[in-house]
Amino acid sequence: MSDNAGGEVVATSEGPGHEHGQEEVQLNIFRGLPGEEGQQVSYTVPFVTGMVVLDAVHHVQRNIDTDLACRWNCKAAKCGSCSAEINGKPALMCKTRVEDLPEGPISVAPMRSFPLVKDLVTDVSRNYEINASIPQFTPADDPSEGPWRIQQEDIERVYEFRKCIECFLCQDVCHINRDHGLSAQYFGPRFFVRVASLEMHPKDVLDRREQTRAEGGIGFCNVTKCCTDVCPEHIHITDNAIIPMKERINDVHWDPLRALGRTFRRSSDGSVSTS
Amino acid sequence: MSASAPPSVDLQGRASRDTLGWLDKLRRDAPWWVYPVTVVVALGLFSLYAAWTSIIAHPSSYGPYLSPFYSPQIWVTGPVSPAIWVVWAPLIFRASCYYYRKSYHRAFFWDPPACARPEVRKGKYSGETRFPFVLSNLHRFTMYITTVVLAFLWYDVARALIYNGHWYLGLGTGIMLVNVILLTGYTSGCHSLRHLVGGGLDCYSCSAYRRARKKTWNVMTWFNLRHSVWAWASMISVVAVDVYIRLLMSGLPDPHILLG
Ligand code: SF4
Ligand code: SF4
Ligand code: FES
Ligand code: FES
Repeated sequence: MSDNAGGEVVATSEGPGHEHGQEEVQLNIFRGLPGEEGQQVSYTVPFVTGMVVLDAVHHVQRNIDTDLACRWNCKAAKCGSCSAEINGKPALMCKTRVEDLPEGPISVAPMRSFPLVKDLVTDVSRNYEINASIPQFTPADDPSEGPWRIQQEDIERVYEFRKCIECFLCQDVCHINRDHGLSAQYFGPRFFVRVASLEMHPKDVLDRREQTRAEGGIGFCNVTKCCTDVCPEHIHITDNAIIPMKERINDVHWDPLRALGRTFRRSSDGSVSTS
Repeated sequence: MSASAPPSVDLQGRASRDTLGWLDKLRRDAPWWVYPVTVVVALGLFSLYAAWTSIIAHPSSYGPYLSPFYSPQIWVTGPVSPAIWVVWAPLIFRASCYYYRKSYHRAFFWDPPACARPEVRKGKYSGETRFPFVLSNLHRFTMYITTVVLAFLWYDVARALIYNGHWYLGLGTGIMLVNVILLTGYTSGCHSLRHLVGGGLDCYSCSAYRRARKKTWNVMTWFNLRHSVWAWASMISVVAVDVYIRLLMSGLPDPHILLG
């Protein structure tokens, strides 16, 4: 940083590729370490047509503050590494074009729902723990079946979920993690997407509904759809994954007709069915 | 920032700001409080009107027309408003609709008021795991009943078409028809119904019946994607039918054509 003496810090740089001459971009980037208060540091970087916020952050890293920490990998909105909060909204830095943002300084901060590592980098390991707790794809153990032939109509629903790039923006924006701090009892939208992709798979034979209800806390979700709003892959997280999972769980707990049917079946043959 | 960049499409093929429609732009650029305030006003007015028309006011019917708040007529001679016996189901159906849940959790309970905005409410959060919001799961139950009520509303339109032995084509018939179409569109996008029709299945190709269910599910998905639009439109049309019938009851003439 060019000046680190408390309060807001300002740094500037004239760099190459500044096509419009008159244009500059002002960035207010969060700088800090865990346990510190952290601060917004102002940087001015040259504007380049079509630049994304990650370009501006990289300019700072290359030319002004080389110790600025930011995580990125593909710069193509495919690796899910560069998640941050741009003007307070969770977004990928590599997919947010500077000219798409309103006039004025752009604030760039780390994701709020995860522990800070440094500057724009957060520790997202809780997500990997949740992932590991979900039983993986389990087909019926039937060697006689030979190579699978899966019909398009059976699998197309699941394609949407496979687009997930694990950017965890949905986990970040979800108020259950963000404001209520319930991440220890809650899978969160990304993992409801994963559960849905497994539960809807025609070859999978496990039933993860009870786990999703009890351990995954799907009932905490009040379907307010912020996860869907921020998903860079435009996955209909709420409509196509969370609500269908809630409905599958309701088959067991909240369907009067099915409950009647179950009671009837139980009394006629002594067996219990869950779906 | 510069507005000089050419119109562009991002990596997912979604248009950037320059090529967005005016409605998308409005939605994106409007201050965060516009949505909650609009919802509070609209849902508040609807709830007040629904309470007034079904509990306080006289039953709403005129000539061949019957208000959707009063249909079907289950017990009309009892000590309370006949609407009481029927209106609870569609009202709970709406109150537990996944779309309205989103709207009122954001607008009335500020949970959250808007995405990534800090919540005001302190204290323990239980979402839909405990009373009262666990009752949102009654949606499946009220969906069964409301589907039957919807069949009666279609019957009401058919009945209004034949009045005193004649074909009766009145402005009211048209309004009732639009209303029942909008209500059918709203119900066709219902998540619970979509689940029952085909969403709950994993294998569609396993039988011709399941294939047919998948086709129906596809159609319902179209409605489901636009569920919010059908929800608001049908909410307005339900009120419009009731208001129109009340206007007729107060002496307004009903433009109509008699045939046969
Ligand atoms: S819809 Fe549910 S999972 Fe998605 S952000 Fe809202 S509360 Fe979280
Ligand atoms: S569902 Fe969307 S927002 Fe969530 S992790 Fe996957 S790509 Fe990111
Ligand atoms: S750098 Fe890979 S998604 Fe942004
Ligand atoms: S989800 Fe809206 S009516 Fe069922």
